[in-house]
Amino acid sequence: MEPLAIYQRLKERFGDRVLEISDSKLDPFCVVDPAAIVEVATALRDDPETAMDCLSNQSGVDYKDRIEVVYHFFSYRLRHGAVLKVKLPRDNPSVHTLEHVWKSANWMEREIFDLLGVTFEGHSDLRRILMPEDWPGYPLRKDFVEPLEYHGISTVRESPIIRLDTRKK
Amino acid sequence: MSTLRTEEMTLNMGPQHPSTHGVLRFVIRADGEVMREAVPDVGYLHRSIEKIAEKVGYHGFMPYTDRVDYVCAMFTNQGWAMASERLAGIEVPRRGEYCRVIAAELNRIASHLISVGTMGMDIGAMTPFTHALREREMINDLIEELCGARLTFNYMRIGGVAWDLPPGWREKALAYLDHFDPILDEYNSLISYNKIYVERLANVGVITPEEAISYNLVGPNLRACGIKWDLRKDIPYSVYPDFEFDVPVGEGRWGTLGDSMDRYMVRIMEMKESSRILRQALQNLPSGPVLAKVPRNFKPPKGECQVRIESARGDMGWYVVSDGTGYPWRVHVRTGSFAAMGIVQKLSRGLMIADLVTLIASLDVIAPEIDR
Repeated sequence: MEPLAIYQRLKERFGDRVLEISDSKLDPFCVVDPAAIVEVATALRDDPETAMDCLSNQSGVDYKDRIEVVYHFFSYRLRHGAVLKVKLPRDNPSVHTLEHVWKSANWMEREIFDLLGVTFEGHSDLRRILMPEDWPGYPLRKDFVEPLEYHGISTVRESPIIRLDTRKK
Repeated sequence: MSTLRTEEMTLNMGPQHPSTHGVLRFVIRADGEVMREAVPDVGYLHRSIEKIAEKVGYHGFMPYTDRVDYVCAMFTNQGWAMASERLAGIEVPRRGEYCRVIAAELNRIASHLISVGTMGMDIGAMTPFTHALREREMINDLIEELCGARLTFNYMRIGGVAWDLPPGWREKALAYLDHFDPILDEYNSLISYNKIYVERLANVGVITPEEAISYNLVGPNLRACGIKWDLRKDIPYSVYPDFEFDVPVGEGRWGTLGDSMDRYMVRIMEMKESSRILRQALQNLPSGPVLAKVPRNFKPPKGECQVRIESARGDMGWYVVSDGTGYPWRVHVRTGSFAAMGIVQKLSRGLMIADLVTLIASLDVIAPEIDR
């Protein structure tokens, strides 16, 4: 099935909870209500017409006014894919986990939590995964400023050539 | 007779451990030699490569992609180039695509040689490792002639490749393949069918096809579970439709379908297929330019896309968001090792500690690719 046909199918089934369908020429995507993500995703997996057996990618994007969590689904059986997005507020972004639907979500959600600070409700093991546990802030947010020091270790090296004022931007 | 009292131990393995293939740590809870659970602790090699992409621009990011997976850097190059090209709608010249495939398949052989070589070493067989690295060294020599580097290649560019094949290189590469094909048989007779080797790997770390898909395992790890899926064949990209090759899958011949031995054998067989592709590509090399005209100030239009390529560690997904400026708004790379590491905790339950080593080796995880 073409992605747009899949989104249309979701729209028919979930009505208002499918917020927006983009018909971008590259990868069309579909924005859904964050509260409905588990229902929509489970439907994508269990509906024999879509049969998305794999959550192939999950990532987060900071757009300065909101944070989006992007899901790339894929069906090995029917050889088609779909892209779903949820838009979350920047303060305390939170969405329900998909860990119980696809196991791969466990680690990918931990990564998003670690780097963008999105909380996944119901996640079994929501800990930082790549950064140290006591790292301040979320590095992939656009307003993140790298600390100059971590446990007494300097994160910069003075250079006579590169002026450090670039990091003040 | 009274039963022996046992006690659960918590052991630390890594981050500096010869069999963890990079800087990687496990916290193992074990009862004697049997593990209750091994919890991976990753992130020691996190370099924020995705954040760097937002600061250096599209062309400038190419050398950084080498560091995502330095054992098969051609594929990370290619993934980044293809994602940028797709955003901007750039067509790569045919000879450029052929050069990419040649470089990438050579790199796949090199990467698999490391994988199967270190696998023997992890079990205690030192000789196969030296044999595998000897063969890889020759590939490194070939690639060095191609792009000047032996590990972090930076060979591809947005729109093609940086340099055409040097004079006489094609003949050298073909001569290498003539040398390499019989080597695989030698390798097989040396270790693959060795009884001790098979017994250490067969029936260990069995992954079912359903599990593999749910945990999003990709590449050789997925194929070892009997799923015939290869992006080069199933969602073809570049010029792969021009070539004839098979997709080897696990058969469970030595034990259970989806065990460590299957994963090992799939890689051995894949090297043969890569050699087949290389011969066809080298013999049918078209003429023409290798690099499309791409502005130095590369600004793809606003939009986002995902590109998936079959790297040596499987389906590598590059998700790129462009805001219309010369710097990508967001880059995310989904790698095979990240997914493979995610299943280790589950597989480790009830496994012997010594088998954890072969399990990690058979999944072919590369720590920098997990951490990025």
